[in-house]
Amino acid sequence: MATPVKSKPWRLLSALLVVVVGFSVWALFPGTDSSVRLGLDLQGGTQVILIPSPVVEGAVITDEQLAQTVEILRARVDSLGVVESEVTTAGSGNDAAIVVSVPGESQERLVDLVQQTALLNFRPVWNLFPPNPEATREDSPSSTPTQTGLVQADSNTAEFETDVAALNCLDPANYSGGTPDNPELWLGTCDQTGTVKYSLQPAFIQGTNVTNASAELPQGGVGWVVNLEFNSEGGTALANASSQLSVLPECGTGQSPCNAFAIVLDGVVVSAPRFNEAILGGQASIEGNFTAQEARDLANVLKYGALPVTLEPVDITSISPTVGRDQLEAGLFAGGIGLILVTLYLLFYYRVLGVVAALSLLVAGSMTYFVFVVLSKTVGLTLSLAGVAGAIIAIGITADSFIVYFERIRDEIRDGKSLRQACDSGWIRARRTLLAADFISLLIAVVLYLLSVGSVRGFAFVLGLTTLMDIMIAFWFTHPVVVLLGRTKFMQRGSRWTGLDPERLGGISVADAMAGQSRRKRREVLT
Amino acid sequence: MSKMGSIGQRLYRGDISYNFIARKKFWYALSAILLLISIGGLLFRGLNFGIEFTGGADYSIPNATCSVEQARSTSESLTGAQTIVTETGAGTIRVQTETLTPDQSEELAAVLSNSCGTSADQIKFQVVGPTWGAEISRKALQGLGVFLILVTLFMTIYFEWRMAVAAMVALAHDMIITVGIYSLTGLEVTPATVIGFLTILGYSLYDTVVVFDKVKENTRGITGQSILTYDEAANLAVNQTVVRSINTSIVALLPIVAIIIVGAYVLGAGTLLDLAVALGIGMVVGTYSSIFLATPVLAQLKSATPEMKSLATRVNARRSQVVKKAAESGVLNVEGLGLDAPSLDSKDVLMVSETAVIERNQPRRQPRSKRKKGS
Repeated sequence: MATPVKSKPWRLLSALLVVVVGFSVWALFPGTDSSVRLGLDLQGGTQVILIPSPVVEGAVITDEQLAQTVEILRARVDSLGVVESEVTTAGSGNDAAIVVSVPGESQERLVDLVQQTALLNFRPVWNLFPPNPEATREDSPSSTPTQTGLVQADSNTAEFETDVAALNCLDPANYSGGTPDNPELWLGTCDQTGTVKYSLQPAFIQGTNVTNASAELPQGGVGWVVNLEFNSEGGTALANASSQLSVLPECGTGQSPCNAFAIVLDGVVVSAPRFNEAILGGQASIEGNFTAQEARDLANVLKYGALPVTLEPVDITSISPTVGRDQLEAGLFAGGIGLILVTLYLLFYYRVLGVVAALSLLVAGSMTYFVFVVLSKTVGLTLSLAGVAGAIIAIGITADSFIVYFERIRDEIRDGKSLRQACDSGWIRARRTLLAADFISLLIAVVLYLLSVGSVRGFAFVLGLTTLMDIMIAFWFTHPVVVLLGRTKFMQRGSRWTGLDPERLGGISVADAMAGQSRRKRREVLT
Repeated sequence: MSKMGSIGQRLYRGDISYNFIARKKFWYALSAILLLISIGGLLFRGLNFGIEFTGGADYSIPNATCSVEQARSTSESLTGAQTIVTETGAGTIRVQTETLTPDQSEELAAVLSNSCGTSADQIKFQVVGPTWGAEISRKALQGLGVFLILVTLFMTIYFEWRMAVAAMVALAHDMIITVGIYSLTGLEVTPATVIGFLTILGYSLYDTVVVFDKVKENTRGITGQSILTYDEAANLAVNQTVVRSINTSIVALLPIVAIIIVGAYVLGAGTLLDLAVALGIGMVVGTYSSIFLATPVLAQLKSATPEMKSLATRVNARRSQVVKKAAESGVLNVEGLGLDAPSLDSKDVLMVSETAVIERNQPRRQPRSKRKKGS
């Protein structure tokens, strides 16, 4: 081997400095949240894992259905008003799992909330209004009391009208849906973009009466339409309602009732088409300025009665915030003790090199922390207890890289190389070993991440991240620092504190002795 | 030179060396016994699966004022199901029952908080349906399969197929023994334990790769000489990496021991502890197999190839010659070199005599400051 290496330690160290400073500034930039987002098991909260299964037995769940389910669940969970609630999926098709997590205090309603099938119904529109809340009478003009959520009443009373008027459809909480309405009652609600406020009569068709819905671009038509088919009960109801509604004045002219019907999903109006004529055949089509996507979405909502799959909760976990904090503290405590023990051992065994190793661990640790904060900020990464465990275990695996390198340097010195040479030639050998071994670690991290659920994923992620850090620190910190140290007088004098004293290392290898040949000769043969 | 007493120091200086490969039969036998015990344990005792696998409800009540008996009767009267109640850590009571409906589970949490004097939001609970565990296990097995295929491919390309086979043998060994220990001790198997098992896979291979990389380095172009047999070169690699293996294991085990201690005395049962226990066991077994099993298996596979057989013959022939010459001239201390029995089975072929070293008459490396000028 041995093309002489010319390493440029300062260049590598400056590269590392740039990266570390860059990430630390990004992570700790003032004015942004510079903490690691904690997983549910560390900050407390409730988590429900749901397994979706197709409504029709034997069918396969499509990605579209899954995405739609998540969308609906997210809307429902958001209605709890807890920040950082999450709905995520793992896997795909019939193997998928949906994980719903709500941090903070125990959420007893969560299970009911996510498990219920979303409610879809068709209601005649009574009237529509601009989205902003109107002041209720003249009692307190300074602080307008605003109605939130759904407004429901037995009949179109004055009180109902006032409440509807007070409803604020500019507030996302009121148009994101998630609260099923009672179809028997009058309903005051918003459309799903928060641009129109509706006052609606009791439902005339339930979502269960819809047998099919599809999006279509009709020949000669100007835009996408959504075709609907009803069962006989729905068809009759539609015929009656459309006969009555189609003769009414157009909505939005201020007259009520008017000739539109609203499609209400989980309490929010997803579409409010107008009847052009009486529809008698049990089939209808909704026209509008739909894009292809909008038409397909609406068709999906109509077809699946909102939830395209049935959900079974298979794992409900509830952890109190205090328990979560205890776990985090204990984890950090264990990590701290582990780090101290490892540092002491390395110092004891490798002396000055041990200091390099300890510093390397420190740099690797802070770098991992910064990257974590940055990922928390940008992609919403959360740290779970399994992740903490992964990080603690990574201490050992990271330290191993240094051990492999140091042992290689010692081998080289035993082979009679000078300290300076040994630092570089030892590195060339150690580097190959490190890359091969870290590749294995990375491989298992990636496979685990892609093929697992919940806490295993968090663990795999941290394992992968720390492995990458390990490679970076070994290349950009440990090696250049050792090379620089090797150039100092102190190390070259070979004190017993260097950990690399040729006198102590023997300076001659086992193989040479056994072979009974000159070292140089054996090298020629073997390498 | 003899002032250094510790085995580690002497190993690392090369004063002592152990022939791992020649004594392979002993280590094979030891591993075989451990494997048999493990498989026996798995067959006859099975594994103690946690509720994540079997389905069930698990409550953990900190600062409980109720007794284990009270908690049991409270739970059994409400659910009508058999309940296991244990005390974990200081004042924390753990209640496990069959799986409950969401309504029942809320109710039980409320009742338990009442009778045990702990506020409801302090209670940590988990309810798992029986299908979920099957799902996790299936996913884990799927991951395992994919990982093993990829690793075998990687090792075949980076090293050679024999090394991949030897690494897989060591891996299977580590997994079976670790799982066997779980079965024999009755430790609970949770999803965290499964994470631990999967990490052991990675760690065991990582360890093996480090040793094999040294073997690869030592045996590059080995057929072009007649000094070392493959077995000896491989054994030399194990000896050269043994200090690293021990140091790495100590360094990797230290944080894990910290977790186990903190976990056992502060946290009680949980993800962290389960994971650490699995890893601790796996790492010890993994270090053992990378030294005592992986390399001997590799050497055995490799020595069976025609090239290595002819190499071994040449090495033996050469050694007899050296011994003969040495005996004639009387210069070398034959006994000290351990070359009196020049056969492949010679167990002491790596034992090094210091006299031989000194006689080589090589200039010692000197610090620059002590060198003569101009040299």
